[in-house]
Order: sequence, then structure tokens, then C-alpha cells
Amino acid sequence: MKNEETLLEIRHLHKDYGNGAVLKDVSFDVHKGEVLVVIGSSGCGKSTLLRCLNGLESIQTGTISFCGKTIDGSKKDWFQARQKIGMVFQSYDLFPHKTVLENVILAPLKVQKRSRAEAVEEAEILLKRVGLYDKKDVYPRQLSGGQKQRVAIVRALIMHPEVMLFDEVTAALDPEMVREVLDVMLELAKKGLTMIIVTHEMQFAKAVADRVIFLDNGEIAEEDTPENFFNCPKTERAKSFLNTFVFEEG
Amino acid sequence: MDSTLVTMLLEGTKDTLYMTLVSTLFGYVLGLPLGIILTITDKDGITPNAGIYKILDVLVNLLRSIPFLILLILVIPLTRFLVGKSYGSTATIVPLVIAAAPFIARMVESSLKEVDKGVIEAATSMGASTWTIITKVLLAEAKTSLLVGVTIVLGTILGYSAMAGAVGGGGLGDIAIRYGYYRYQTDIMIVTIVILVILVQILQGIGMMISKKLDHRRV
Repeated sequence: MKNEETLLEIRHLHKDYGNGAVLKDVSFDVHKGEVLVVIGSSGCGKSTLLRCLNGLESIQTGTISFCGKTIDGSKKDWFQARQKIGMVFQSYDLFPHKTVLENVILAPLKVQKRSRAEAVEEAEILLKRVGLYDKKDVYPRQLSGGQKQRVAIVRALIMHPEVMLFDEVTAALDPEMVREVLDVMLELAKKGLTMIIVTHEMQFAKAVADRVIFLDNGEIAEEDTPENFFNCPKTERAKSFLNTFVFEEG
Repeated sequence: MDSTLVTMLLEGTKDTLYMTLVSTLFGYVLGLPLGIILTITDKDGITPNAGIYKILDVLVNLLRSIPFLILLILVIPLTRFLVGKSYGSTATIVPLVIAAAPFIARMVESSLKEVDKGVIEAATSMGASTWTIITKVLLAEAKTSLLVGVTIVLGTILGYSAMAGAVGGGGLGDIAIRYGYYRYQTDIMIVTIVILVILVQILQGIGMMISKKLDHRRV
């Protein structure tokens, strides 16, 4: 699945909110077709890292290169890059006054300037794929959390992103709805979409990841294949983190 | 009530509505862009700009803190320049607009700031330009709140227009002061007040009805 074409190149990323560093000298590559899972305890900087990759957070030092071109941090550069770097958020963030279909076609129409007919056609195909075609004319308030999140994924997909960022997309969902969203993501991974996933779902991480990055206190503490990371973590920090997910009987 | 009195009250009602509606319209022509700029240049906005925000913020506060009756007199030279005279309903529109614009800017600002930050971020993450976010996200998602704002503005400007009656501004306020205050015809004053109350009720009712129709957030 992995090939050598580097899509994202992150070098020496440093981010500071003014009261201590959130990200310290973070460097890694993302290859085309790869699924990278970022895990770590709350507040370790995983969400911030993801937000930096979409320009939603500014960085102090370091570089982010996308498709071989360094993003210089100007507004124009980010407007361009963002169209190819899709993002899905924990809180879905659908437009409440727009129907499902209008939510999905807004960016293709206004950002990519595609024709309405073509955007609607693709939106309908994608909504069918996630089983929500019959909901296309309803407003977000009429959807369950899982349905909203699937719409949010479609809304990002229709832009034909080179890479998709998933920021704890199941964290706000009721347990019985987690599966339907993860299934959609697994499906995308199989189709070869490049993804960076921040998650607390360890079973899912194991199943979907090509590579795992363990972030601790703003730095990459461990970077490995899921097999190695989950079975024999090298650092104590990773061990104790993984142990918090284990419930021993009796 | 004799027919000349009825004609006068009808004329007054017409003048009051004319002043209120035209002033609100021009007030929005100035106040809407002002409110948008205040929203986007604030430190949490989509294009933060401390300098522009501060200047507009002070300007709006300054205009808002001048009592309307004083403003009426202060802008007489400008009114004469624009309209040619300083009395009558058309002349009253000038100070009304000046009073309405900063008020509207604040109403618009507070409506737009109600839009969920996550939704704006979602649009940003898709590569939406500042203009697209303003028109398709901020204004579109705040439309019900903006409409509630319009009804509040209409009510306020209606009240201001009546105040302008004190300096010959025309409309119902003018009638109330001339007949009710100077000639002690309390009955006429009461009738004008009743008409004003009915006008406010009607405007408020229409505004709320439309705003409810447009709201898709609640079941």
C-alpha cells in the first residue's frame, strides 16, 4: 500500500501558545497512500499537530512541505493547500442552516468553482456510499451524531483531497455510533486514501494504521509499525500509556 | 374625531414609517459592512487586525454615546447640506441614519459572533476565502439572529423618529408634541402613542415570524 512518494514533509515543527511548548521539534513524513495514526494522552499536542497541518494553527518554527512545496505560511498558500488537505473534526461542524446536500456542495461550488450539476452528482454518489442518500435534503439537527460525522467526511471527500486529517472524529459519539464512522474510514483506507488519524480507539488504530506515531508531551516519543508499537512498545511512556487501556479481570 | 384630524394622523403615521424604514435601510448600508469588519478584525475573527478593530470600535462607541436629541442638533449643518433644510421628515433621516449605523454595527457584530467557531473553522479548512466565509457562512448562518436584530433596530429607530418631533422632525412624534404638549390636547397625544405601539407590535411580529421560519436549528 505504501509507496515512496512523500506527500507531507514535516520538519522541526515548534508550536507555543505562550505558556510552554505544545509541540517540540516534531518531524515526520507522510507517504502517499499511507495511513498514519497519531496517539497519545489528552493534551499531548495531537490535535494541535493536526491543526497545524491545515493552517488552523500558526507555527513558530519549522516547515511543512506539501507535495514537495514548502507552505510559506501566507494566506494564499494555505487557501491552495487546504483544498487538497481535507479535515474532519470531533464536533462535526456541519452548517446548521444548510441541508446535508448544501453542506457537501458548498466548497466544490464556492472554492473549486465547479458546476452545480456536477457537484450535486458527485455529492449524491458519495452520500450513497456512506448510506445517507435519503438524508440529502434534511438539516443537520435531524441527524444522529454518527450520521453527521459521515456527512462531514463526505464534505471533505468531495474536494478530492490528497490527504485527510481526522481529529478524534469518534470522541463525541455514542458508543453504538462509533462503528459506522470507523467503517467508512476503513473503507477509505482500503481505497488507498492517505490519512492522518488522531484517535483514542486503540483497536481501530491497530486495524487501520500503516504506521503509528506516539506523541508525548509535544514530542514524538515513538514511531513504529502498529504490530511493534502495540505488542512491544520500546519506551516506558508508551508502555504506561497502553496499559491505561487494559482492564485485567479479578 | 373630525376628518382633518384623521388625515393629519394618517399623514403622521406615513411620515413616521417613511423615516423609520428609510433610515433603517441606509443605517444597514453603513452598519452592516461596519459590523462585518468589526467581527472579522477582532482578535478571534478570521482576519484579525487590532488597528482597524480599535479605530472602528472607538468610533462606534463615540457615536453611540451621544444622546440622540443632542445628535439631532449637532448634525444640523450636515443635514442642511444634504437635504437643504433642517426640519421635516426627510431632514430627520440624516441624524437617524447617523444614530442607527453604529447601533446596527453592534447588533450585526453580536449576531455574527454567535456563529459557532467550529463551523467557521470547517469552512476555513476547506480552503474557503474570507469573502466566501463572510457571505456563505457568517451571514448565512446568522440570518435568523440578524433578522431579530432588524426588528429591534426598527423599534428603536421608530422611537428615535418620534423624539425628532421635539425639533420639528415630522411624523407622529411631531404631532404628539405640538398637540399633546403645546396645546394640551391629551387625547391626540394618546392616539399617537397608541398608533406608535401598534406599529412597533406589527414590525416586531413580522420580524419574529420571518426569523422563526428561517430557523433550521430547532425541531
